[in-house]
Amino acid sequence: MKREAKRTGVFTRRALVLAAAQMGALGLLGTKLYQVQVVEGGRYATLAQTNRVSTRLIAAPRGRLFDRFGETIAGNRSNWRVLLVAEQTEDVDATLDNFSRLVPLADHERARIEREVRRHRRFIPVVVREFLDWDDMARIEVNAPDLPGILVDVGTTRLYPFGSLLAHVVGYVAPPSEADVAEDPIMALPGLRIGRAGLEKHHDLALRGRAGTMELEVNAVGRVIRELDRQEGRPGEDIGLTIDTELQKSVLDRLGEESASAVVLDCRNGEVLAMATNPSFDPSVFNSGVSQAQWVEWTSNRRAPLINKAAAGLYAPGSTFKMVVALAGLEAQAISQSERLNCPGYLDLGDTRFHCWRKGGHGMLDLRGALKNSCDVYFYEVARRTGIDRIAAMSNRFGLGVKLDIELPGARTGLVPTRGWRIAQGHAWNIGDTVVHGIGQGFLQLTPLSLAVMAARLATGRAVQPHLTRLVGGEPQPGAAAGDWPPLGLPEFDLHAVREGMWQVVNEPGGTAPIARLTLPGVQMAGKTGSTQVRRVSRDQREHGFKSETLPWEFRPHALFVAFAPYDAPRYALSVVVEHGNAGAATAGPLARDIMTDVLVRDPAAPREQPQRVADDAPPRPEETR
Amino acid sequence: MSLLDRRLIRETSFGLTRKLWRVSWTYVLLLCVLAGVGYAALYSAGGGSADPYASRHILRFGFGLALMLSIALVDIRFIARLSWVAYAGGVTLLVLVLRMGHVGKGAQRWIDLAGMQWQPSELMKIALVMALASWFHRASWERMGNPLFLLPPLLAVAVPVGLILKEPNLGTAVITASVGAAVFLAAGIRWWKVGLATAGIGLAAPVAYGQLHDYQRARITTFFNPENDPLGAGYNIIQSKIALGSGGMWGRGYLQGTQANLNFLPEKQTDFVFTMLAEEFGFAGGLALLGLLALIVLGAMAIALRCRHQYGRLLAVGIAMNFFMYVFVNVAMVMGTIPVGGVPLPLVSHGGSAMITVMVSFGLLMSVHVHRDVEFSDRRGDI
Repeated sequence: MKREAKRTGVFTRRALVLAAAQMGALGLLGTKLYQVQVVEGGRYATLAQTNRVSTRLIAAPRGRLFDRFGETIAGNRSNWRVLLVAEQTEDVDATLDNFSRLVPLADHERARIEREVRRHRRFIPVVVREFLDWDDMARIEVNAPDLPGILVDVGTTRLYPFGSLLAHVVGYVAPPSEADVAEDPIMALPGLRIGRAGLEKHHDLALRGRAGTMELEVNAVGRVIRELDRQEGRPGEDIGLTIDTELQKSVLDRLGEESASAVVLDCRNGEVLAMATNPSFDPSVFNSGVSQAQWVEWTSNRRAPLINKAAAGLYAPGSTFKMVVALAGLEAQAISQSERLNCPGYLDLGDTRFHCWRKGGHGMLDLRGALKNSCDVYFYEVARRTGIDRIAAMSNRFGLGVKLDIELPGARTGLVPTRGWRIAQGHAWNIGDTVVHGIGQGFLQLTPLSLAVMAARLATGRAVQPHLTRLVGGEPQPGAAAGDWPPLGLPEFDLHAVREGMWQVVNEPGGTAPIARLTLPGVQMAGKTGSTQVRRVSRDQREHGFKSETLPWEFRPHALFVAFAPYDAPRYALSVVVEHGNAGAATAGPLARDIMTDVLVRDPAAPREQPQRVADDAPPRPEETR
Repeated sequence: MSLLDRRLIRETSFGLTRKLWRVSWTYVLLLCVLAGVGYAALYSAGGGSADPYASRHILRFGFGLALMLSIALVDIRFIARLSWVAYAGGVTLLVLVLRMGHVGKGAQRWIDLAGMQWQPSELMKIALVMALASWFHRASWERMGNPLFLLPPLLAVAVPVGLILKEPNLGTAVITASVGAAVFLAAGIRWWKVGLATAGIGLAAPVAYGQLHDYQRARITTFFNPENDPLGAGYNIIQSKIALGSGGMWGRGYLQGTQANLNFLPEKQTDFVFTMLAEEFGFAGGLALLGLLALIVLGAMAIALRCRHQYGRLLAVGIAMNFFMYVFVNVAMVMGTIPVGGVPLPLVSHGGSAMITVMVSFGLLMSVHVHRDVEFSDRRGDI
């Protein structure tokens, strides 16, 4: 039995070692448990909270845009959608088959739906079809028993009641891009649209409002168990614009088929009453996505419907620039109002000859006469005496070649060259360059909007800034009163001479644009024509009786016209630019006359009983006389 | 041999009442408490309802308890004679499961029998312990020093471990090997051989890693860095740690465990039941449960030490080791200490076949205890 005792002893020792090892291991587990639960517990408890609570955003309705009389320019419309919740149907295919019997689904739509169903978890709704009408909705509701998993839902979509009328001013909304989503998590909201152009973009933050949040208790697969907390958002601000949609409509009608733009300002305070660009496009197309064909059509169209020509189109101002040259010359005392210069039909400078538009010349002309006849040689000489830098400085005071306060993200500044600018480009500035800038050619690149601002500043002598916004969330924006704008600091004597020259252009026999004379009783308009070559006219063409009408469309000169009225008490300023419209007087002049007639008849800037809420808190305005 | 010893060993057979009297009712009570914890846990896992887990759990435990007590009354010598039969049956089932078993979660480890799905590997562990105990029953200390004598039992471990690895079921294979090793150790294998075997395993591990299935490797790699793949293979470990951490010291309260109730915690009724309890009852509750499990392991070891014959001692050690390994692997797994391996927490996790096999093993343990003093007359003088 000694062997048995030996064996028992070994077993006892081994069993005790084993038991001790087991208890040691369990003790280690206990320590580790303490580590995980108590020491690191706080960190994991925080993780548990985020695990459990999911914060979701509630979309805020986008602010609306109204015109100056309270007409809705951009609103929100209910968007009836059909969604599919895959987990609520046993057979997605069967449901879609039944659905397409009611509302036909194209193959690519079907493919998209199936792809999204596969990609998302099965309780997440997938959009089957948007923008359904009542008939479709009714049919779907009636057949609901055959459509398990189909859900009818109402979202919102942007509505532009006037369609293409204000597309370039209002802009459009579109789904955010990947980069936008990274920047602000609110962008991830399903169906959210953000402003992508025009006022929709400029006022995007105000219009967007603040999304509400919803704290939901969710389980591991993201299914909502219940709502824990809800914070309502703030709807976007409504914005009142300076635009008069009725006027805008008639201006756009006047532009007809031309590739043209026109801007009408209240010249006392810079309110933009109309800003029309032709041709236009339907901004709501961007909301649901632009088709490839549509995009190609837009971008290949040589009349460029997507470009806001009024604020982003750049043109040489031509003769419409002559008032600025005259004022620069007067201020620099390079010329006096009464000094008469001879126009033989050309100006020789070194071995270069600069022609007047009138072959035989104008003879002796003073300032007013030079404006009235739009004599080129007179302004060649004034520019030569004044110098480009003084002309550029005067241009800037008139809002040319400087950034304007307009609320359009796509607006361009244009270019008024200076000697320094040219030298910075690595070229010398020649006296010949100065001379051609005297008649608004050369490097000058200006927008129709800035030309309208120039007209307004000529009319009032104040540095009015163009603006489109009157009210944001009912709050009046500054700049509504004429007194809000500082004087230009030019002698009224000089301004008056230039205005008189502009008056003669339209109203005196022998002016360049008698066709633009208003037919309204007791109201007169002052204006200035302009035609700018888009291609250099060769001596050969000049000698063989050049007729721009015979050129192909894209080589014809642009036609411009700037004006203000009434002449004795200016209230409205406008600019019209017709691309490739040949002569300013022939094409742009009548347009300016008709538009100004419409404006004066309608008189949108006059104080009136305004029916809509937008006007309720409009600021008091100075007394006006007609 | 002393007079006292002879008097006890002479007691070769005794009546049913006597046997019942000898059952360790304290130990049975411990098992009932553990099953009760399981009931509470599954009630919570069912979302505060006895349906579908808790009620079935307690029914199975009742059946298992009856089975355990029945086995406890079977003479240990009869059981010992069946050891190799059981082993052969176990290996046959393992082969069968590989041939025609039910594939679940990517592994072929289930077999349908008596209306339940069984993992033959569970039964195999018990049969292996029986076979090893039977082999070493008559081995003296000197004989244990003979390497040739150790070769057959080594083979007896290698065959089922190999078959289980082939299913594949890494967790159970490791547990089976550990249980076999514990019996070898208790039987008196020389320490230097233990050291050699440990070194051998250490060297073989890299080779073995190459033989693992992709999902097994994924488990091991995500175990070392679970945050790498928070929604994939690391999800279970991260969610389990979050749930444990959210429990803190005193827990969120019974039925208040948010992580488990909101389904963040995967398989909370089976593998991760410990996590769920530790979330609801905190570190205090988790530690108490660990204490209860330790008591059950220690109780089995005490039964082994109290037994007077080598077969009973080794059987008890093997069963204690089996239970311990279940507990250790499961709890370490939910805390992210070892790779996740589909090992339930015995008597607490939901699952029929595991419960029955564990109760069968406790039946054998109790039979050892009831028959702790019997004499194996046929083996007399063998050593």
